[in-house]
Amino acid sequence: MQLVIISGKGGTGKTTVAASFAYLSENSIKCDCDVDASNLHIVLGGEDIKSEPYLGAKVAHVDKDKCTLCRACEDMCRYDAIKDGVVAELKCEGCAACTVVCPNNAITMEDEVTGDTIITKSSTGILSRAQMIVGAEGSGKLVTDVRKNALDYGTKDDFYLLDGTPGVGCAVLASVTGCDMALMIVEPSQSGLNDFKRVLSVVEYFEIKPLVCINKYDINEDVTADIVDFCKDKNIDLIGKIPFDSTVEKSINELKPIVVYDDSIAGKEIKKIWKTVNSYL
Amino acid sequence: MQIAVLSGKGGTGKTTVSTNLAKLINVRYIDCDVEEPNGFIFLKPEGIKSQEVSIPVPYVDEDKCTHCKKCIDICQFNALVHTNKVILFEKLCHGCGACRAVCPTMAITEKDRPIGKIEVGYNGDMECLGGTLNVTEPMAGPIISKLKSMIDDKTTILDCSPGSSCNVVKPLLGVDYAVLVTEPTEFGLHDLKIAVELVRKMDIPFGVVINRLSQEDNTTSRYLKDENINIVGTIPFDRNIAVMYSKGELLINDDKYKKLFTDITHNIEEAIGCSL
Ligand code: SF4
Ligand code: SF4
Repeated sequence: MQLVIISGKGGTGKTTVAASFAYLSENSIKCDCDVDASNLHIVLGGEDIKSEPYLGAKVAHVDKDKCTLCRACEDMCRYDAIKDGVVAELKCEGCAACTVVCPNNAITMEDEVTGDTIITKSSTGILSRAQMIVGAEGSGKLVTDVRKNALDYGTKDDFYLLDGTPGVGCAVLASVTGCDMALMIVEPSQSGLNDFKRVLSVVEYFEIKPLVCINKYDINEDVTADIVDFCKDKNIDLIGKIPFDSTVEKSINELKPIVVYDDSIAGKEIKKIWKTVNSYL
Repeated sequence: MQIAVLSGKGGTGKTTVSTNLAKLINVRYIDCDVEEPNGFIFLKPEGIKSQEVSIPVPYVDEDKCTHCKKCIDICQFNALVHTNKVILFEKLCHGCGACRAVCPTMAITEKDRPIGKIEVGYNGDMECLGGTLNVTEPMAGPIISKLKSMIDDKTTILDCSPGSSCNVVKPLLGVDYAVLVTEPTEFGLHDLKIAVELVRKMDIPFGVVINRLSQEDNTTSRYLKDENINIVGTIPFDRNIAVMYSKGELLINDDKYKKLFTDITHNIEEAIGCSL
């Protein structure tokens, strides 16, 4: 069983919920699919037991001795990545089209390290994550690898908890595909509703069971009502409404999951949501 | 003059800073966060004109194909496979043209495949541009590049995607100054460091806006001091701001908050040494 927590956009409280679930689901195997800026390990703590460089992209390399500056590659390159025989690495997509047109065989494609995949042993079990090198290409492939690595530590029947990626692009597609359930954290704002609808289309596209919870629902009860109606209309299970709670800010600063604060109203609701999620497992 | 607003991670207030700043100084605004564009919710541009964005994907003429499989070998993205004919997995295709270039019999031509759209509208005389990636399309890059190609040297505020991947690099290419928006939390600091690394790597001068500030002294401000990074502004932790945001309102409509953005503008002007 694989559950992915997603949010359309960052900052909606996804990590707050994911960290709490990670803490509550002792025997789960965790994946942090936010390879751009993974945060889960900061809350869960623990020790890195494995780290490997990840060759995620290729980049064109020009052999100066062979290059006659004929500019065939410049004409070919659709990413404007090569000029006067010099490759702008940040622009190069690694497509190798230039190698095809170079009359002097001056260009080769070289593997590039785009990040590290890491296995962390935290107090609540295994966490598979990655750290992408800033500005690197291909985060979707890296997410796929993070998920593959997690499988080494469990069987098909185990419970996998995935902290998903923000957005709807390649990294999100890679974190959502193949999951059984997706919990979408929605924030009651105009933009939150917008983001939610977009990310819901992704979930529907992959035919994954959608679950919804609203975070900081009392910030804007009108939009909250809109979300509730929308879910009712679409027959989507709305499984919780988390109130605005300043303890959340405190928990982030103290690097503890919100559910450890007994008097936190947000923490209480998240515990309830976790129970409901379990009834679907 | 191009000024990019970025954040390492989403939800730190990037769109809040960029929309309010753009409106305050009345310059062109571009929403480069094509996966989740939200800037128009706040700027409410009118008279929107929309145009499709496509990428060229290969089309194989079976009569000319000799099944040499050269196109399959060259494709770096595994977008082509050969069964008894060449099959394309559209969503993996980057539209690079390598397969077409390598084909010895010229069996490959290209067709445009739409992946999203670009919208242009106006808030008063302020030009607003934004792109939207079609849902379930993986590649945002071509839309961002297209948006970038549509601007001239008039002052422009670019609202970038969250994160630090290739989708943030594209809007950042060629910008003159970057504003990094962060929150004074441990997560925020972690993400801020990533954003700092990126702008440093790209040699872009930058300053930081601390959003949701409740305590003057915090690990983020200490980090900034140690690193000698310029703080160009702060926005307080204030429930009312969250409420205005949730309604899609610009903060500069309230005089109290307008002052914050006037200060940010002055500080940026000082940093870049010219007026905006
Ligand atoms: S590999 Fe592709 S993107 Fe890179 S320089 Fe060559 S043609 Fe351009
Ligand atoms: S255009 Fe490039 S990415 Fe698309 S199929 Fe051809 S070689 Fe592959």
